[in-house]
Amino acid sequence: MSQLQAETPSGHRVAPETARPSVGDAGWRPVLKLGLLGGAIALYLCLTGIVPIFNPRALIAGLISLGEVALLTTGLGVGYLAARRAPDGPRRALLGATIAGAVAGAFLTALVLLGAAVDLRGIALHASPATYEILTFGFGIPGSWIPIVALGLAAALGGAIQVLPPRLQRPVTTGLMALLVVGLFAGIIRTPMLASPLTDQLGRLLFASEGLTLVGAIVTVVVVLGGQWLNRRLAVRRRGRELPQAQRRRLTLPVALIGLLFVLWLPQGVGSFFAQVVAVVTLYVLMAFGLNITLGLAGLLDLGFVAFFAVGAYTVGLLTSTGEYGIAQWPFWAAVPVAVVLAMLFGAFLGLPILGIRGDYLAIATLGFGEIIRILAGSDLLKPWLGGPRGVTSIPKPIEVTPDSFLAGPLQIYYIALAAAVVVAFVAIRLRDSRLGRAWIAIREDEDVAEAMGVNLVQTKLLAYMLGAAFAGLGGAIFSTLLGAIISSSVNLFVSINVAAIIIVGGMGSIPGVVGGSIFLIGIPELFREFSEYRFLFYGVALIAMMIYRPEGIWPSRIARRELHTTDALEPGDPTAVPATEMGKA
Amino acid sequence: MQVRLADRLTDLAIAAFLWAFRLSVVAIVVVGSFLTLTSGKYNVDTWTGLVITGLATGSVYALVALGYTMVYGILRMINFAHGEVFMVGGFAGYFAAVGLSSLGVLNAGPLASLLSILVMMVVAGAFSTLIALLVERVAYRPLRNAPRLIPLISAIGASFFLQYSVKGWAGPGVYAYPDVGVLNELVPIDFVRIQWKQVLVVTAALVMMAGLYVFVMRTKIGTAIRAVSEDKATAALMGIDVNRAIVTTFAVGAAMAGAAGVLFALMFRQINFFSGFEPGLKAFTAAVLGGIGNVPGAMLGGLFLGQVEAVGPTLFLDGLGVPGASGLAKAIAFTMLVLILVFRPSGLLGERISGQRA
Amino acid sequence: MKLRKLGAIAAIGAIAFAGCTTGPAGFTPPADELGVITVGPNDPVHLAYWGVLSGGDASLGQDSLYGAQVAVDDKGGKILDHNINLTSEDAQCTVDGGAAAGAKLAADNTIVALIGSACSDETVGGIKAISDAGLTTVSPSATRPALTAPDRAADYAGFTRTAHSDAFQGQAVAEFVFNELKLTKAATIHDGSAYAEALQQVFADEFTALGGEIVIQEQVGKDTTDMTPVLTRVAGAGPEVVYFPIFVQAGGYIAAQAKDVPGLANAALIGSDGMFTPDFVEAAGPAAEGMYLSSPNFSAFQAGYADFLPKYEAKAGSAPLSAFHAHSYDAFNIIYAAIEKVAVKGSDGTLYIGKKALRDAIYATKDLQGLTGVLSCSASGDCGAPLIALYQITAREVGGEWPPEAPVWPTE
Repeated sequence: MSQLQAETPSGHRVAPETARPSVGDAGWRPVLKLGLLGGAIALYLCLTGIVPIFNPRALIAGLISLGEVALLTTGLGVGYLAARRAPDGPRRALLGATIAGAVAGAFLTALVLLGAAVDLRGIALHASPATYEILTFGFGIPGSWIPIVALGLAAALGGAIQVLPPRLQRPVTTGLMALLVVGLFAGIIRTPMLASPLTDQLGRLLFASEGLTLVGAIVTVVVVLGGQWLNRRLAVRRRGRELPQAQRRRLTLPVALIGLLFVLWLPQGVGSFFAQVVAVVTLYVLMAFGLNITLGLAGLLDLGFVAFFAVGAYTVGLLTSTGEYGIAQWPFWAAVPVAVVLAMLFGAFLGLPILGIRGDYLAIATLGFGEIIRILAGSDLLKPWLGGPRGVTSIPKPIEVTPDSFLAGPLQIYYIALAAAVVVAFVAIRLRDSRLGRAWIAIREDEDVAEAMGVNLVQTKLLAYMLGAAFAGLGGAIFSTLLGAIISSSVNLFVSINVAAIIIVGGMGSIPGVVGGSIFLIGIPELFREFSEYRFLFYGVALIAMMIYRPEGIWPSRIARRELHTTDALEPGDPTAVPATEMGKA
Repeated sequence: MQVRLADRLTDLAIAAFLWAFRLSVVAIVVVGSFLTLTSGKYNVDTWTGLVITGLATGSVYALVALGYTMVYGILRMINFAHGEVFMVGGFAGYFAAVGLSSLGVLNAGPLASLLSILVMMVVAGAFSTLIALLVERVAYRPLRNAPRLIPLISAIGASFFLQYSVKGWAGPGVYAYPDVGVLNELVPIDFVRIQWKQVLVVTAALVMMAGLYVFVMRTKIGTAIRAVSEDKATAALMGIDVNRAIVTTFAVGAAMAGAAGVLFALMFRQINFFSGFEPGLKAFTAAVLGGIGNVPGAMLGGLFLGQVEAVGPTLFLDGLGVPGASGLAKAIAFTMLVLILVFRPSGLLGERISGQRA
Repeated sequence: MKLRKLGAIAAIGAIAFAGCTTGPAGFTPPADELGVITVGPNDPVHLAYWGVLSGGDASLGQDSLYGAQVAVDDKGGKILDHNINLTSEDAQCTVDGGAAAGAKLAADNTIVALIGSACSDETVGGIKAISDAGLTTVSPSATRPALTAPDRAADYAGFTRTAHSDAFQGQAVAEFVFNELKLTKAATIHDGSAYAEALQQVFADEFTALGGEIVIQEQVGKDTTDMTPVLTRVAGAGPEVVYFPIFVQAGGYIAAQAKDVPGLANAALIGSDGMFTPDFVEAAGPAAEGMYLSSPNFSAFQAGYADFLPKYEAKAGSAPLSAFHAHSYDAFNIIYAAIEKVAVKGSDGTLYIGKKALRDAIYATKDLQGLTGVLSCSASGDCGAPLIALYQITAREVGGEWPPEAPVWPTE
């Protein structure tokens, strides 16, 4: 600790404090620890290029850039936590926060000074003069103290939020969060606004070409806080819950109708890009329902789901394509059943040899199947039929329309995918509650006991495979018309991983969870395309954070929630249980 | 009664299909190999050459596979990010190599080269260990008692995070190790054509695996690791520090992966942020092939996979006249995997665990 | 496409609005059948780059993005007194990535023109949305012949490129091998990417037509590292020349390992523009010496390239990552020149850019001095100078100099 103090300019202020007897057990140690952690994070943000790359992109135009936001948020967070852990008393909490922020800032100062002395670009691409410029606001070495002050101030602000009374604390944090979220999505919100004469001027007023305008920032905060205040005053939810049963039931239909209309209107109302994104999200929802049978109900971890997706996509591609490799030029509607049946047969074909394989061996065997299919699809061996790496192209859209009809483009695919997802969801629910569904759950909980109870393991497992495969095939079939082409590079491992992750992140066995998971894991990265590779970095962080803080998923089924938040799990094998998260548990 | 009969028939059909599947794969392998070998297109030297490269690649797979298998053995979790730990080691080794090269010791004679390589491997192993322990602390430890798919997803997240952190840090370009001249020379023996780097990789891998075996079987902490793998609760009751055993497992696995990263780069020269993904997947496959959780199994699986990839496309497919056969190398490897799992559902050396789940 | 109509109405509405309130009397903004982009007096001119920025092919797209950024810097970041705002979208080198990126770009009515895509697959996925939106893209590195075929579909109306068509490149390599090296037995290796597969096929067809023999066509995985097995098989067929038009990583592995395979020690190795970078020479090491690479004729590259390189290196922090940064630089300049030509400026500084007019101006590019040569666009969108040259890697390049001094073919 003494060494650390020597390193930090503010260290001398720490020493006398630690000597005080009134300080709690841990003293200032947690504060320093947080400072060090913050420093490490700040260094990471600079050296992986997040700060320099996002510096040109404004959060609030002319005021603050995303790069600065990344650093200041770190300071804010450090300060907030430090104030909580610092010895009692608001003044000391504030002091602790400032110290922690300053310690974190000192790391950046050290980086700037070190970078000025030796060229660090050999070991880190972004340890460049451009980065130092950003950190010192262009002052170079004479300004190397700036990060300490900046992060110290940010941390002080964070600390101040922590010591505020809760009544004020919530609006401030909500306001800041809202600014961040709206600022990040600025481009995506602005684009459709500019496309309509009604909202064009408003769009320009609220959003700059990148990020929010100052007016937009103020409006955002006001609207969000106002909304929160209204919500609390009116207490919509609580009142809804207090309504008598009969009245609530009477409300269900209109709410559902409004929901349906919203879902139908959604992609049309917000622009053609959304139609594309929403169509892809819906396709993943569809496939996730399929995997939910194999994985969620029967507990068979299938990491080669993409194989069936490929079968569906190539079948429709070959049957409908008007291009080089098309063989029949059927209409889409005739090709889809064939694709689904073929995918199902394929499920049986691939499922049979590996039925005896259990647990994680199964995961890698299916992963192997997925890879085999991808490689074969792009291989010279099958090139005369599947087009090799150039794939099958010129796949027509299911509904022939004139180019300026509202159904042109991804929109019709969205509606088709939506309809298919609804059907599939219905089938999935009915299956879950059927005799077969119970047999699946029994297998998931304990194969041997299930067999002893008279469940035919081979047939039951095989059916799970085949049905999962059928849904994946349907997904693939629609996917190929969405793109108008199917190429082996689209058939990759990440499709399988994504679908599995959707189910788990959404909440195992939960139907709204599947939708939530798809939006979270497919939709949001799609919207952040402008952040190129960094979105995968954040995707990774999000997956980890999600698993740690919300292992039961975004929208868990009731049972899963109970299981994960009590120390004693339910007894396995309860046949009435809605699919729980425990599947595949050793 | 009728239902029973239908069930019987289905079961019979399924069994028939299974045998047809097994037999057809075996038939393709046998017929293909026979045709290739009798075509006389390739001589003995060609085959020994292929076997040697397969041995070298397989050794690297084996080293990485050890990390998968040990973590699996103790936590029953697939550490998806292990391939990235391997890649990170390759990068640390690169910077060490560049440093040594600029000091002029990397190519200052065979002994200096060997010592430099040792230094590179130690640096890489240490850095990989650091990263693996960080990942364990942040992404896995809070999930130790969660259902097993939860840490798997967290591991996939960690994998993405490490990959794209390195991409941000070092850019998407290729980093090529400085040449170590000695390694490219041929070993002066008559009957096989073998380079020093292949000798180095295989030897280093064997030494490390032997060391690991001794560590796991003979040392106190090794015994603790085995005990925790066997039964966590009982081990804890016996006074074993479970946490320490788990952390040690991660550290040992990561150190071997980091060192393997250096060996890999010495063999193939270049690395980039994505170069851990593929070897990681293969090593994972190797671990499963050998029987996941089983240390000698991982070694065997790695070596086997290396051979299948090196020899397989030529041996099995050349005689059948398949175009672009080498492009199918990975498909062959996975087919072999499935085939082995069909015959031995818990891998080559995996225990028969009919009662409990794998 | 009601939406697009709405967009057009919006644009007209905006113009009318702007015209009524701020425009001087008598000023009529241009009319355009595809719509007019209005750039407010203080707004930047929004250009976007789309191409692969993540995954294993990231260096290809990143390289072009740097090239375009240098080009923006060279213009002082300004066009007609407006700032240039160059954004980027990741298209992942896949059809689906291209489709998503294309849809996103098409929906953004502030975008004036595009640079991209990096991979041909991305164009296949995204071009329809882009063309339908009236936008025009100039690709620095999508080289698949079909993209600019004279009989291409109407969807491709918005696609032009400074990259050459691989039809030229495959033919040039075949002629070089047959006529200059006087070799008749060739083997090819591709990596399962559409680029490599198409290019080696063009080569194989042309080479056979010239009278040569293709002894084996092999394939490897994109992420294969151990090339000895495939090279052993290739060697078994007895080729005199091995052509592997793939990318830096796998190409580096092949080049580095080929000399160690008995039977290939004397075979000529040839790669293509996907590997024409110092990164490749670094990846392959000393084994690259003596190898041939086909590429745009850099000796035809203008003197500007020497000035360009240090700027690129300052931006990227490394030597060029791929071969198309100069094409990207040129793509930007084609767009720059076209915007200068067609943009109409109101007295308050508002820019009006007709989409059709801009597209026509891009297609009408003629004799524009670029880094890669003199650029003139054909009616089917080929803007690059299809001058392919073969370079030989010598000890000089292995020592770290770049680019090679003079091509070995064609010689003056």
